[in-house]
Amino acid sequence: MLSRTADNLYWTGRYIERAENLARVLDVSHRNSLLGLAGPTPESEWQDVLDILGNPKQFTERGCGLNEADIMQFFAIDTESPCSIKFCIHGARESARALRAVISTEMWESINTTWLAVRDLDEAGLRARGLREFYDWVKDRSHLFRGVSHGTTLHNDAFHFLRMGTFLERGDSTARLLDTKYQSLAGMDAEITGATYYAWGSVLRQASSFRAYHQTYRDVITPERVAELLIVRPELPRSLRFCAMQMVEHLDALAGTRDLEAQRLAGELHAGLRFARIDRVLDKGIHEFLADVVQRIADLSAQLARDFLMTV
Amino acid sequence: MTTPAFLDEMYGLSTLESFADRKSTQVRAPYQAIEEWLQATDPAVFARKRDEADLIFRRVGITFNVYGDNAGTERLIPFDIIPRVLSAAEWSHLAAGLVQRVKALNLFLHDIYHAQEVVRAGVVPEAHLLRNSLFRPEMKGVDVPSNVYVHIAGIDIVRVEEGSFYVLEDNLRTPSGVSYMLQNRAVMMRLFPQVFAKAQVAPVDHYSQELLRCLRSVAPPTAEGEPTVVVMTPGPYNSAYFEHTFLAEQMGVELAEGQDLFVRDNAVYMRTTLGPRRVDVIYRRIDDDSLDPLAFRPDSMLGVPGLLSVYRNGGVTLANAIGTGVADDKSSYPYVPDLINFYLGEKPILGNVPTYRCALDADRAYVLEHLSELVVKQTQGSGGYGMLIGPRSTREEQAKFRELIAAHPDGYIAQPTLALSSCPTFVEEGIAPRHIDLRPFVLTGANGSVVVPGGLTRVALKKGSLVVNSSQGGGTKDTWVLRS
Repeated sequence: MLSRTADNLYWTGRYIERAENLARVLDVSHRNSLLGLAGPTPESEWQDVLDILGNPKQFTERGCGLNEADIMQFFAIDTESPCSIKFCIHGARESARALRAVISTEMWESINTTWLAVRDLDEAGLRARGLREFYDWVKDRSHLFRGVSHGTTLHNDAFHFLRMGTFLERGDSTARLLDTKYQSLAGMDAEITGATYYAWGSVLRQASSFRAYHQTYRDVITPERVAELLIVRPELPRSLRFCAMQMVEHLDALAGTRDLEAQRLAGELHAGLRFARIDRVLDKGIHEFLADVVQRIADLSAQLARDFLMTV
Repeated sequence: MTTPAFLDEMYGLSTLESFADRKSTQVRAPYQAIEEWLQATDPAVFARKRDEADLIFRRVGITFNVYGDNAGTERLIPFDIIPRVLSAAEWSHLAAGLVQRVKALNLFLHDIYHAQEVVRAGVVPEAHLLRNSLFRPEMKGVDVPSNVYVHIAGIDIVRVEEGSFYVLEDNLRTPSGVSYMLQNRAVMMRLFPQVFAKAQVAPVDHYSQELLRCLRSVAPPTAEGEPTVVVMTPGPYNSAYFEHTFLAEQMGVELAEGQDLFVRDNAVYMRTTLGPRRVDVIYRRIDDDSLDPLAFRPDSMLGVPGLLSVYRNGGVTLANAIGTGVADDKSSYPYVPDLINFYLGEKPILGNVPTYRCALDADRAYVLEHLSELVVKQTQGSGGYGMLIGPRSTREEQAKFRELIAAHPDGYIAQPTLALSSCPTFVEEGIAPRHIDLRPFVLTGANGSVVVPGGLTRVALKKGSLVVNSSQGGGTKDTWVLRS
């Protein structure tokens, strides 16, 4: 496969996953702000959104403020912003346009149809449509794309590069979400009735894990268990361990008989999560642990470029 | 202004008005199934199906990018749902003429880059070659596999009356449009499967397989095992990018950009995730000028440094060859019938449109006196740009062309305004005749030429317009060749 093709597949996977994660984070924060559950101050909810999404410098450069309208504009539909849902869908679509010879017709049509539906969407259109409905639609389109790619295309190198993009993006997203929330909710008064439930319940929803939490623990929501679920549980498809395991598998398939540095990096990341104990992680400092995971994912991304001659 | 008489391919009429009072008895034989279908179908169904077609094209992403528009603007080429039909007899006549013409053009290209017997015999003046910027001195003495220069030709055909097809233009560089031939058929079959049951339409789907076979047949003799073929594209902003991806997908080969290829040890390689891989045949959809920044335009980022040198040494095959433009520009066009005669000793099966060369004193004098009747074209122009359509031009436009021709006589040719045939077309006011042309595609490899039975029919959607180019508001139709 051409290296540029691999690059495009990787980014298609990343962009689609990023659009979905953006939608989920924005959706939950939007609902919290409506319910008056936005943390100590209304701004803190939006500050968290900004932190989870990596504090892009363009946000302040462009004079955006910590309010719902600016956050929504910047992260949902701004075509100039490299961090918006619309930008991600466009990026995925442009990458896919160069991939028509290697992906299935259904995959292309799914992604192209998604793009055509947001291409002309502006703020007024978004408000008219309803934020909630829009975010749900973005998640649906991502699920559809993932299903279509799983069910219609060859599970060959193209598929593995696509999924590498998916799981690198997802792992990065989960780590940033948890890291941000552990810091911002640290000083929360746990005595207020329901405060922990609403705050950490939101975190679970932002990681699409609310139901999974209850199925797993059948008990009240505690920050420690949320951390355990999102970091070390192997059966949760958005946990760091699950993502790392997927990276290892797809890389093994891509490497064939070769022995690649990227495999070693992914294996090391996975081992650290596979054998982690959540009480130790919390004792030693969860921020340091998660920052290390984010760095390892970035290193792995750079190594992919070297091992497969890509430009990631 | 009088509208010249022309042939409507379906009704044999010569009117631009709608067909409300058409009579089934007038229908030409190949269109019989279409007539039955039109009669039996509620007009509202056509309107709905046309919208459905737009939706399919949009979703599948069959678009083209417009030059001079914002980068990346994608447009649909309007698709007309009423097919254009050719009988089996008409087609076999056309196909024989096309193969004959391409054969002569290939011999001509080999000759001018070798012994130049055509010049010595006085058929083409030496000055014509020397003056032509599309003549590539780099190609002199270079041997290409099987002596094939033009592997893919798109020959533009117009019809004026019953039984008379003319060649309007040869496209021998990177002719585009074949993806529309294939997609129009696919969409037509999806929208109106029942009409195919009545008409026996020859299939076109195997074009991509023929193309791949043709490209593999001209691999360098040094190629090991199954030759590796790639399609080379200038990238997503090229107007025909959809077609490049489509053909790569249909053939199951890589779609490479210049940055994906590199030269080492007299060979071309592509960068793959498993390391470098040798490339044997490049179906390039990129101009000569952009192929190799070391040899041609140094500012081009699209090409591959060193490609020309590998090519000249036979390390890789380019399809089409470098330097074919000299045989398809409009100043060479008038010579083609003589070339057929010279190389093949045959009479041309398909004629040329009578052409006046402004470079010749007598012709120029005639052209300048009859500007209001003629179509004037730049010898090196394409896409319907930079032309004067005499009968529809203003005095100012004529004055401008008078000056242009005086300043660069060899830059212009002129032809009579042709009465292109028309075909019923679904437009705002219902079904009405619109002028059409036809671009069939001729594939030539080591084992001769193949013409897939069909082509791209372009239609001028504006009433009375003779310009069918997609960049000028033209549309397309499915083209049916009947099996018997």
